[in-house]
Formats: sequence, C-alpha cells, structure tokens
Amino acid sequence: MIRETLGMSLIFLGIAFDFFGVLGLVRLPDVYNRLQAATKCVTFGSAGVLLGVFILKGFTPFGFKALLGIVFIFLASPVAAHVIARAAHRTNIPLTPSTVTDQYADDQKTQKK
Amino acid sequence: MTVQNKSRLTVFVLAVLVWAALTDIRKIEELIIGLVVAAIVSLLAGKFFLTGERRQRLWRRVGYGVYYLIHFIWEMIKANVHVAYLVIHPRVPIKPGIIKIKTNLSRETALTVLANSITLTPGTLTIDIDPAKKILYIHWIDVQSTTVEESTRQIGGRFEAILMEVFE
Repeated sequence: MIRETLGMSLIFLGIAFDFFGVLGLVRLPDVYNRLQAATKCVTFGSAGVLLGVFILKGFTPFGFKALLGIVFIFLASPVAAHVIARAAHRTNIPLTPSTVTDQYADDQKTQKK
Repeated sequence: MTVQNKSRLTVFVLAVLVWAALTDIRKIEELIIGLVVAAIVSLLAGKFFLTGERRQRLWRRVGYGVYYLIHFIWEMIKANVHVAYLVIHPRVPIKPGIIKIKTNLSRETALTVLANSITLTPGTLTIDIDPAKKILYIHWIDVQSTTVEESTRQIGGRFEAILMEVFE
C-alpha cells in the first residue's frame, strides 16, 4: 500500500516535471535556453517516472530495467545537449537579443586572427 | 594476465550479472544468448574498463563519490524547481549569456563528469571544453557575473572540490 502510494506519487511528480520541460521548450526564446529546459526537466522527470516504476515492481527483471534506464538517461542526456548546443553555435545560430554576453564567440574570433 | 585481458574478464562477469538481473535466467535460451552477447561486448569494448593505474586510498574516494552523488541530486532538484519557476512566470525572467570558467581538473573522466554535472544543475549548460587551456564555455540562463573568476566560483565551485578528491 505504502509502496504503491510512493511509486505512484513519484510517477506523477515525474510527469509534472516532464510537462514543465515541454512548456519551457515552447516558451523560452532560443535554442540554448530551450535545451536548458529540455535537458534538466526531462531528465529529472523521466528519472522520476522510472524510479516510480522501480518502486512499484521491486527487484524483478521489470524493475531492474527501469533502474538501468535511469543510468542511461543520466549519461546520455547531458552529452546530447552539449553536442546540440556546440553544433548550433558553430553553425552561427543566433542567440536571443536579450543575451548579455557571448565569450565563446569572442574567444573564437581571437583564435582565428 | 595482462591488464587488458583482466579488464575484459571483469566486463564479461559484470555483463553476465546484469543480464541475469534483466531476464529470467532459468531458461537455457536466455542464458546462452546472455553468454554470447557478454562475450562479444567484452571482446569489443572490454579493454577500456580497467586502466591498470595505481589506485590509492580507494575507500576514501568511494566515500567522496557517494557524497558527490547526494550533493549532485540535491543540486539537480534545485535546478528543476528553478527551471519550472522560470517557465511558469508570466514574463519568463531570463538573462542568458555564454560565459567561461576555469577548472583545475586535468583527467578526462573528471572533466566529463564536471561538464555533465554542470549541464544538469541550475541554469547552466556546457557548450564546449578547451582541455589545453582548461576552460569550459557555459551557457547560463541567468547571468550573474561576467568575469571568469566570479563565474568559476559560482558554477564550478559547487563540484570541483569534491571531484578533485574523487578523481585526482
């Protein structure tokens, strides 16, 4: 009973954070800001859902797969975000006008000279 | 036994154990497939697991690793609440920018973990690493300082000291 309550609330919490991630994807201005929402909330939300599944199922093959899924998401998601952000910057996708500073572009200009 | 073969054997044993946890190991078909897959994996990628370097003060480092994990999960929860707040707020109060921070870590593993941790914690996203100059370029959703020293203290300072203990 306690186990089901805990598992279900984790799953709902995860779905809530997934929702915030998607909302951020729509509301934030440029690629980089959107990646921030997409990596953080979606990683945490999906990990929450998987952890909930693990608590519901326990140490069965089913629950263990959920645990393994958490590890893979934690390893893969930041790497993917890093690659997308770097590729976007290298192909000169502009930052939103409210951006304060871009020291990455400054450094690359000085290197080319 | 050479280091590489030792590493392959370790990977093989671990892979079989993981397979046993994932499937119903009592069926003979599952067991055979598991052994074959584990053998292929350990032959192809097994040599990267153990590097044969001298490892000192292992338990101390494992302890710091666990401490790091707890610290990291707490920072991550804060990151998520922060992004959720930004997204719900009617005016979306962001002040984005790309800044750079310096790091003292030199090992590749340590740099990778640092970069990934920065990506998953409040308002920051690693864009590029310059291993030669030890500089990380970071997209910050709410820029609070533009000098390298201040940013290093605010972003890298959260993890660097602990990672230093774990990896160096």
